[in-house]
Amino acid sequence: MRATTDMKLSGVRKKNKIKWKSYIPLYLMALPALIYVFINNYMPLYGMQIAFRELDFSGSIFSGKFVWFDNFKFLFTTKDAMIMTRNTVLYNLLFIVVGTIFSVFVAILFNEILSKRLAKFYQSAVLIPFFISMVVVSYLGFAFLSSENGFINNSILKPLGIDPVSWYTEPKYWPYIILFVHTWKGMGYSLLFITVRIITISKDYYEAAKIDGATKWQQIFYITLPFLKPVIVLMTILSIGRIFYSDFGLFYQLPMSSGALYDVTTTIDTYSFRALMNLGDITMSTATGVYQSIVGFVLILVTNYVTRKFSKEDSLF
Amino acid sequence: MIENKDKWWSYAGHIVMIILSIVAIAPFLLLLMSSFTDEATALKNGYSFFPEKFSLNAYHYISSQWEMIGKGYLITIIVTVVGTVVGVIISAMLAYTLSKHDLPGRNLLMFLLTFTMLFNGGLTSSYIVYTQIFHIKDTILGLLLPGLLMNAYNVVMFKNYFEHSIPNALLESARIDGATELNIFAKISMPLSLPMFVTVGLTTALMYWNDWTNGMYYLSTNSSIQSIQTILNNINENIKFLQQNNVGNMVSTGDMPSATIRMAIAVVGVVPMLGLFPIFQRWFVKGATAGAVKE
Repeated sequence: MRATTDMKLSGVRKKNKIKWKSYIPLYLMALPALIYVFINNYMPLYGMQIAFRELDFSGSIFSGKFVWFDNFKFLFTTKDAMIMTRNTVLYNLLFIVVGTIFSVFVAILFNEILSKRLAKFYQSAVLIPFFISMVVVSYLGFAFLSSENGFINNSILKPLGIDPVSWYTEPKYWPYIILFVHTWKGMGYSLLFITVRIITISKDYYEAAKIDGATKWQQIFYITLPFLKPVIVLMTILSIGRIFYSDFGLFYQLPMSSGALYDVTTTIDTYSFRALMNLGDITMSTATGVYQSIVGFVLILVTNYVTRKFSKEDSLF
Repeated sequence: MIENKDKWWSYAGHIVMIILSIVAIAPFLLLLMSSFTDEATALKNGYSFFPEKFSLNAYHYISSQWEMIGKGYLITIIVTVVGTVVGVIISAMLAYTLSKHDLPGRNLLMFLLTFTMLFNGGLTSSYIVYTQIFHIKDTILGLLLPGLLMNAYNVVMFKNYFEHSIPNALLESARIDGATELNIFAKISMPLSLPMFVTVGLTTALMYWNDWTNGMYYLSTNSSIQSIQTILNNINENIKFLQQNNVGNMVSTGDMPSATIRMAIAVVGVVPMLGLFPIFQRWFVKGATAGAVKE
């Protein structure tokens, strides 16, 4: 009896050992990516300590004295902290509201187009800006907005007898310009994103509605929109989770770093970049990054909690 | 059976989409026309869709700078190809490992991966690590490594695809036949998930091709390994510098490209992307459609 148990146990042990060995190739396959994740994503967590140190110009970067929260205290006494937080959050809210309404409106009309060939052409055309880098976008913007050579000043305002506008020094226009360019660059993608979901709605619903005499408006309000609701809510929640992050290229390249526009174009990302590259203030730049990471982390946890309540399978974890 | 009312809705769709298409394309046309404009005309009338006088001077200047631009493209192509191939393969291999549910430590690995989607050290911390510990400044690794090589989203996409679209029985029978995991990955999982490889590959390639931030962070302005986007960005930075120091249009010669040359360089920077656009676009739409159907 005892012997058989022993035999069984050793058998199990042997089997476990073999099994464990059989996993080694799998671990090896995962290794390159894991090393990269360690370097790219986990080592910077170690770099975050700079935010809690004094700026030390003489020694190595990690040799500054620990001053704990002094850098953050300093950051939040400047008016920059308020401006960059306000801009980041408000622009994102603007993008969420305007972007959602605009793209749903366009997608619904787009799906009413009967000629599929033309529809395909339109879809390709509006997708072009999505594939272009923000540097190129800033060149395009300059062609329109330059005060001396720009298209708007020379070919629109001048013939109308309106005085030229110095676009790159007038903050009041920039919220609109930024909203416009953001929508312009993203419209093809959001159109595609919503259209592919409208296509999956079964035609039977619309046929049945037509037989019952439903108008197009009623079909949109009682079939299309309710079907789109989950994906719209999900996208909104995800965007709120990212509300502390901005599109660095949009806010850095488009205004051409014009100092006169900083009030309306500085976001957390551009501030952190300028603190590092223009002022060489590594501690302040890191502190800004840490502020963004921590608030961003809390926001993602909160929105994920909400997503779980709303639709479990769409939550991240 | 098309009703009259449906036609009106279709017309409304056409009108909106025609307007949006024009808005999408017009800036590129302006860029193109500006680059073919005579310099004096551009300075007198501004950039225009219908310039009074055409000229190829901007392109003559660019062809004299061909070495710089050609090299920029070479760097862009090398970085894009190497980054995409390496990135896609290591992401897919990690995903393959994670798709095996009985793997010891799988949950820990999943957590480590998911955590990167939620929390990061910030760009400056990354910058410090890459420059102070790994010293990749002014090397090609500065364009390749930071941020772009792979990300958790791609791994999760691969993992889901492997889990849902490849029959487990197929993998098991290969294992029984004595195939190694790497073999199974390369001979079964990879060919069966080709659409996913193309989708992730194109997204990664697009990010590398359009990236100017790594060049700005990790290359000095006189570096010899500038990608085309980095060159475009540096020209921008020079113009900003001149504008900020109030010398604006007074200095238009020297190393600062004049009004039309700027636009011509941007054209050279965007033409290959527009050329590749039909391929990108087709796969992009396919990928998006597949994603929607899966849900």
